Amino acid sequence: MSGVILKFLGCCTVLSCLVGFAGEARAQSTIKSPTLEAVKQRGQLNCGVDTGMPGYAFQNSSGQWDGLDVALCRAVAAAVLGDPDKVKYVGLTSKVRFTVLQSGEIDMLIRDTTLTFTRNTQLGLNEAVINFYTGETFMVRKNLNVAHVKELDGATICVITGTTLERDIADYGRANHVKINTLLFDRPEEAFAAANAGRCDGYTDDGGSVAAARSGMQHPDDWVILPEVISREPLGAFVRQGDEPWSNIVKWTHYAMVEAEALDISQSNLDEVKKTTTEPEARKFLGLEGDFGKMLGLDNDWSYRIVKSVGNYGEVYDRYFGPKALGLPRGLNELWNHGGLQYVLAWQ
Amino acid sequence: MTRRPSRRATAGQWLLLLAVVAVVWALLRSAGHNLAQRNMSLGFGFLGDQAGFDIPFHLVSWTTFDTYGRALLVCSLNALLVSVMGVVASTALGLLIGVMRLSANWLVRNTAVAFIELIRNTPQLVQIVFWYAAVLQALPSARQSLAVPGGILLNIRGLYLPRMITGPDGSFLPWLAMLVLAGTPFAWRLRIRDARIGVKALLLPLLAAALFLADVDRIEWPALKGFNVAGGIGLPPELVALWAGLSIYSAAFIAEIVRSSIQAVPRGQQEAALSLGLKPRQRLLLIVLPQALRLMVPPLTSQYLNLIKNSSLGAAIAYPEIFEIFAGTVLNQSGREIETIIIVMAIFLVINLLTSALMNWYNRRVALVGR
Repeated sequence: MSGVILKFLGCCTVLSCLVGFAGEARAQSTIKSPTLEAVKQRGQLNCGVDTGMPGYAFQNSSGQWDGLDVALCRAVAAAVLGDPDKVKYVGLTSKVRFTVLQSGEIDMLIRDTTLTFTRNTQLGLNEAVINFYTGETFMVRKNLNVAHVKELDGATICVITGTTLERDIADYGRANHVKINTLLFDRPEEAFAAANAGRCDGYTDDGGSVAAARSGMQHPDDWVILPEVISREPLGAFVRQGDEPWSNIVKWTHYAMVEAEALDISQSNLDEVKKTTTEPEARKFLGLEGDFGKMLGLDNDWSYRIVKSVGNYGEVYDRYFGPKALGLPRGLNELWNHGGLQYVLAWQ
Repeated sequence: MTRRPSRRATAGQWLLLLAVVAVVWALLRSAGHNLAQRNMSLGFGFLGDQAGFDIPFHLVSWTTFDTYGRALLVCSLNALLVSVMGVVASTALGLLIGVMRLSANWLVRNTAVAFIELIRNTPQLVQIVFWYAAVLQALPSARQSLAVPGGILLNIRGLYLPRMITGPDGSFLPWLAMLVLAGTPFAWRLRIRDARIGVKALLLPLLAAALFLADVDRIEWPALKGFNVAGGIGLPPELVALWAGLSIYSAAFIAEIVRSSIQAVPRGQQEAALSLGLKPRQRLLLIVLPQALRLMVPPLTSQYLNLIKNSSLGAAIAYPEIFEIFAGTVLNQSGREIETIIIVMAIFLVINLLTSALMNWYNRRVALVGR
């Protein structure tokens, strides 16, 4: 008799375990991301960045990777793995960047790369989020007395090849009936050297990179950045198509940085706000209310860790492009309520 | 006569070939499958798309309205130009250094040794960038151009030569001039009443030049206009730097080939020439070099092939060759990585196989005929 009871109890245990597992499995299966699984298992995020571009991604004086793009890598690692330092940075040239992402060697590409129509549709990639709004800008020697791009007829401009810039210049020239000669370099080092030597009258790239290039010239004061911006260059993060949950994590990690700035939550006041705040917006953001982290397949402390490790978007921008760094006015990268384009979808 | 291979050996070779074909096919299929999974496809239709970017130096006409296919032609010609210039210059320089290396004069010999060791043991890319920096530092800015006699301008933007503008299209004079020029070697061998025409045939190229000049309508002189020199033919400093980098690097290797080939000519030949009373220069030019030449040709071929392949390093210094334009800008704009890389490899393969075939043909002509 006792044997029957034992069997019955045993069956119950097994059944409840199975039911428990099934329940667990259902909760997990709502978020099924191969990339997220791989990152967690590896304990490391593989992040594709620029090989060395001041402002975006560069190795600082102590040999650590630093920059606006690097900050997004660190933020994602903090959100997913709990540690912003668990990132392996892969420095990529513009030629190989997409192939390396497609082949799965990196989990995300954030390499001052322009988000375009063809890249979205033809390369099998998802343009997760825009972290920097800019446009093609020109820098010329002051002694040429040029004030506008339209006056550059006949001038020679140094460009880095493998970018969207060559075509933008040609399109601009055609539309405005000026002929701007381009000199296409494979790497920034030789392009800077040629510009320094006077081989070209100017240098062009997106706004942030031009500011960086100017800081790298022998005599930065000899160069002036022209006011016109001749193209749209929304720079941002790419991930592989077919892994939407991972794409969402990258997207909302950037949004978390912007939301933090909008809520006036910074690295310094973060802990205090978490302890004292009664505002529903801030409580939702910090995971004190709602289950936003879990909806991404993470835990509810994810956004706290992001701000803790890299700060909010404004802090990150100031660190690399602010007056003490490259000195690029925030312009389009201001928050939407300050006249810029950095805007967050509703945190609901 | 060679022995015919056994039937089993023949079957084995066919099987191996089949296996190779099967592996290649499987690779292509899996690449195609993987691309299809990412909603991408393989195809060469993009060559007909409009390029929309500028190529700063071109031998044939180029506008931003031209296609990617035309861009491929333009940059291939640029690569061929610097390769041909490099082959000629490296051969001449290599020959000179190689002969200097064997000189009895201590200073001359050791100058050659120092040159060879310095050049051979530093990376090619570093040298090209070095020459580029050197060229750029040495030249004056566009507004302070050096005026070379003959209407030639030299500045940091390049070397500008006057251009001769020929008469209206359809004029037959340039064609006639070319025909006359092509006929010169035949006229040289022609015999009239058992007497060769010989040197008198050199009048023909003069006639060709006269015909060509007669067709010139006006001369376009380079002149400073705005930021740059306008008019004339401009040779960019990138071409000069790449040319110098490629030629000097290859010359160091060619010099060693020349030295070893000269030393491989049996000493008896030198002694025989000496006993005939030939002067040193005659010994070198008439006895030693002709015999060394046929030993040089096969290793020279590899050096030429290397030089052609290394022309792709021009991408580092903004020389618009295949690797920079096609595997750079076109690859990036079209997003067709696999296709563009296949095309670039195929072009280098074709150029190098043709060079190799030409050199082999020449080798057969100069090789000792075994009797």
